[in-house]
Amino acid sequence: MTEVTANASADVRGASDLAVCMEGVNKWYAEFHALKDINLSVNRGERIVICGPSGSGKSTLIRCINQLEVIQKGRIVVDGHDLTAGGKNVDIIRQETGMVFQSFNLFPHMTVLENCTLAPMKVRGKSKAEAETTARQYLERVRIPEQAAKYPAQLSGGQQQRVAIARALCMNPKIMLFDEPTSALDPEMVKEVLDTMIDLANEGMTMLCVTHEMGFARQVADRVIFMDRGEIVEIGTPDEFFGNPKHERTRNFLGQIS
Amino acid sequence: MIRPFGWNEFLIIVMAAQWTIALSAIAFAGGGVGGLLIALARVCDIRPLRLASLAFIRVFQGTPLLMQLFLVFFGMNILGLAINPWIAAAIALTLHASAFLGEIWRGCIDAVPPGQREASTALGLRYYNRMRYIILPQAARIAVAPTVGFLVQLIKGTSLAAIIGFTELTRQGQIINNATFSPFMVFGTVAAIYFVLCWPLSLLAQRMENKFSRATQR
Ligand SMILES: Nc1ncnc2c1ncn2[C@@H]1O[C@H](COP(=O)(O)OP(=O)(O)O)[C@@H](O)[C@H]1O
Ligand SMILES: [Mg+2]
Repeated sequence: MTEVTANASADVRGASDLAVCMEGVNKWYAEFHALKDINLSVNRGERIVICGPSGSGKSTLIRCINQLEVIQKGRIVVDGHDLTAGGKNVDIIRQETGMVFQSFNLFPHMTVLENCTLAPMKVRGKSKAEAETTARQYLERVRIPEQAAKYPAQLSGGQQQRVAIARALCMNPKIMLFDEPTSALDPEMVKEVLDTMIDLANEGMTMLCVTHEMGFARQVADRVIFMDRGEIVEIGTPDEFFGNPKHERTRNFLGQIS
Repeated sequence: MIRPFGWNEFLIIVMAAQWTIALSAIAFAGGGVGGLLIALARVCDIRPLRLASLAFIRVFQGTPLLMQLFLVFFGMNILGLAINPWIAAAIALTLHASAFLGEIWRGCIDAVPPGQREASTALGLRYYNRMRYIILPQAARIAVAPTVGFLVQLIKGTSLAAIIGFTELTRQGQIINNATFSPFMVFGTVAAIYFVLCWPLSLLAQRMENKFSRATQR
């Protein structure tokens, strides 16, 4: 009994050197097996790109990391906190991870600045002045400082997504999760969002990005993951992944999207 | 002794409108608190609470308001409490309004896109802050028009309290009619007063509705 406990905590210590550690993760939506035995270790500062056909479980995978989805089997440790142990850890992990959605999900009844200051004030307990200073810094970094007083509906899609990135950064997260951040954008706005993400990668942020922007993957990813039917089919460096994909399914997929 | 329907009788009826307004205000305030609790229970993660609030809504939506008034009125008697039409009417109408507002507001909460809850959760905001700053303010905008619409129904519904002996507008009309026997004048006056109370609210609800549908079209 003691031995088991000792082992378990040793594991957590091993996992705590990692940004994200998923072990034997399984997820079902009712009868539907959405994630099958996922094992994935993400180092601190690592940039991971996840691709795969629609419905393959990419969103589900990254939504499990901040427990927007609950897993039924396996273990997820984020920044040394065991998510599956529940309790306070879930709150801690959500504060340490930022998430950017395909549909932006800005708060429409708040200005850009309010979008960015709400969580730092209510979750981190920052003062309004402090939160606003930080927010303006990040809005500057995503290159839209002049939009702070506007409402989301007054911005273009690309601007909204950059606000969403700034909003997440204002919580000073250790890990950023992106779920197809450019898929809902008009083509001419994709670049401005990708550039923002590249800046972030260059600053050393740990990132997990679901995206089909293969140029982005080649440029910034340390490893690329291909998912299909709830499984990680292939994982490798961009050179291996694009230059010499091992699996038939990966080759088919890359053939289709390029 | 039949006396004519005169200025004095008219004023007595007009004055009784204050009790209609008071009863409506109490039921609306109580129903506002109760309705919020019911709506939150309907969308919470705790299954027994969800089912209990659903049952509450179904019972009050599926039975006539008059029966609800009777059951509270006579129920208080069975429980050994003194029969008091005021308290019985206030309790019954508050429960009634809680159920209806609860259901209206549940719909408004559900109408807030799920991405709003997800984004606020992902930012680390917990239940209270999510509801207070993200979900409820957005639901409230949708809720204004149907809520005002329900308030109109509630004001008219208070007339049923006359039957358990609560002297508001309708009951005062009956009393005056018994003395003057000019039903057309009396109940015409009563109806006109209800109309004066309700019509501006109906107009307001209509305007809110239009404003909201324009806002969502953009
Ligand atoms: N809330 C849900 N309830 C039921 N099934 C779901 C739910 N979310 C996703 N799924 C199913 O799980 C599978 C994986 O979904 P998702 O992770 O969104 O895929 P991807 O992001 O790769 O397109 C899909 O088949 C989808 O239909
Ligand atoms: Mg997806």
